[in-house]
Amino acid sequence: MKTLACLFLSLSVLSFPVMADDDDEHHGGSARYGKYNGENRGKTALSGKGNNVWNQECGSCHVAYVPGLLPAESWRKIMGGLDKHFGADASLTPQENREILDYLVVNASNRWRAPTAPLRITESYWFERKHDEVSPAVWKRASIKSPANCNACHAGAANGDFEEHRVHIPR
Amino acid sequence: MRSLFSKSVVIAVLSGAATGAHAAGDVASMLIGQYATQAKQENAVFPGFSAQQGKAFFLGRHGNESCTGCHTDNLKASGKHAKTGKVIEPLAPVANPIRLSDPAKVEKWFKRNCNDVLQRACTAQEKGDVMTWLVSIK
Repeated sequence: MKTLACLFLSLSVLSFPVMADDDDEHHGGSARYGKYNGENRGKTALSGKGNNVWNQECGSCHVAYVPGLLPAESWRKIMGGLDKHFGADASLTPQENREILDYLVVNASNRWRAPTAPLRITESYWFERKHDEVSPAVWKRASIKSPANCNACHAGAANGDFEEHRVHIPR
Repeated sequence: MRSLFSKSVVIAVLSGAATGAHAAGDVASMLIGQYATQAKQENAVFPGFSAQQGKAFFLGRHGNESCTGCHTDNLKASGKHAKTGKVIEPLAPVANPIRLSDPAKVEKWFKRNCNDVLQRACTAQEKGDVMTWLVSIK
């Protein structure tokens, strides 16, 4: 009986850290894939200035989303459909496409464990959890416009700097 | 001897700078010339390019869209991407000298944006008209 109790106690203690981290268990997700249900961003800080072609082409209409925010498969899907890029034609020459895709895939999230590949960063589980305290009204502010506009609140977004204490949410 | 040398250097540098300043305009002229050649092929009675026509085309509505959605109707001012809010540098070369200086870039953006605004490629006539207008903006 005592052994059983000890066993039960140790098991509870061991699993406590996992249960205390509500990132996995809330929202009805399974912890099977780990943190953020496996949809976890990787290293976002850019090494150096990133890639010039990527910066030029992907940063002309929106902040160039750093590769670590999504898994390689998401980037492959994006780069395979640039003529219909969220309602716009963002097409590239085959050479530019190749160079950018290579850069994105090499630097994509190395912590993504789920077999998913969302097209939108804002639909990934890590994003939703990280921004779950931001009310819908905030996204609609003229100074922000949408969740896709990272640099409205993250001044260092272009460099992959999303440090929490540097966040400033404009009025 | 020395002052002659430095004077020559100054003159050389200044001419170089002047050439540099004209280079972008040369590229635009070259492109307009290419569009003229294409336009003649597309239209036997090609009337030449018109800045007025280019202005009307650029500022006007095409279905639900307009070039002004991102570039605004003041080409000397910065624009803003209609969806993302990203700042778009002025398009008029008089306000932003690097504009129209890279033929590949000009063609790339015509391809994308004509598709976005018109759901088709722009004709050589339309491209030439727009470029003629852009370089004429003071």
